[in-house]
Amino acid sequence: MHELGIANSVLTAVRTEMRRHPGAIPLKVGVRVGELAGVNPDALEFSFLSIISGTPWERLKLDIQTKTREHRCSSCRATFPVIDYRVACPLCGSSQTECVSGDELEVAYLELEES
Amino acid sequence: MTRITLETKVLSENDRIAADLRARFRQHGVLCLNFISSPGAGKTLLLERTLAGFAPTDRVAVLTGDIQTDNDATRLARAGFPVRQITTGGTCHLDARMIDRALADWRLEDLDLLLIENVGNLVCPASYDLGEAAKIVVLSVTEGEDKPLKYPTTFFKSSLLVLNKIDLLPYVPFQLEAAKENARRVHPDMEMVEVSCTSGEGMDTWRDWLSRRRKAAQSTAA
Repeated sequence: MHELGIANSVLTAVRTEMRRHPGAIPLKVGVRVGELAGVNPDALEFSFLSIISGTPWERLKLDIQTKTREHRCSSCRATFPVIDYRVACPLCGSSQTECVSGDELEVAYLELEES
Repeated sequence: MTRITLETKVLSENDRIAADLRARFRQHGVLCLNFISSPGAGKTLLLERTLAGFAPTDRVAVLTGDIQTDNDATRLARAGFPVRQITTGGTCHLDARMIDRALADWRLEDLDLLLIENVGNLVCPASYDLGEAAKIVVLSVTEGEDKPLKYPTTFFKSSLLVLNKIDLLPYVPFQLEAAKENARRVHPDMEMVEVSCTSGEGMDTWRDWLSRRRKAAQSTAA
């Protein structure tokens, strides 16, 4: 249950960004969570709502975008979705592939109302 | 309404400290290993047996994380090497800042191996880079052989799988080959060793792996 700490880090990122926009009102923060990030989106949402409840951030919405896993083949350079953990290239069969998506844990954007 | 693109890592602060630790470990030729497993898989005993195999002059230290108690540090300190307990007080994983703080008064130039025993948990520790050269996941045969499929992130991110308690194989339904196949499904080129910390079986293979990595760390030291 480390989603509480993750939620806190998201809020810290929002606070840091809001210092650059004095008087603005934060509306929504977008977070990208890859399937390999080890973060449960429901637990993250629950944690986020818990920490902003009763605070000036209470109306801030959390938009969680989940990302599925994609690998790129080191031989033929094809990018393909990893389904059921199969990381070998479905086109050329090479097992030398690298993760290009699916391990994200990022604050993607912040929407705010400028004063 | 204005949308500002941020594209920052949620754990950027942890990653920054971890990158700094990794640079310091490399500079001093310290091999840092991060041991992850579920509670009771045998991380502490594996470390105890590993420490027992070192000469007193070996430059080894251990950080051990637990939510409560310093029992593990007491057990590990018997080997005579520096050991420090990190008590997280409820947090289910170690993070880079805890490592940085725990190392504050240790001289990295006096070490060439740092073993970090994470909090027993197969989920959260995978998200926190500690600056280690490799993660090692310990899976014991009293668990399910489908653990690699249930916790793919940890198994994908770990360089080595230590299959522990193999002396118990005759008494448990654990299918060793199925467990290894499951690990290979999530991590095709994963290295694996099979050990029993109580009978000592397989410990030479584990020690060989460790000494190869130590030599590699020292040869790449800045």
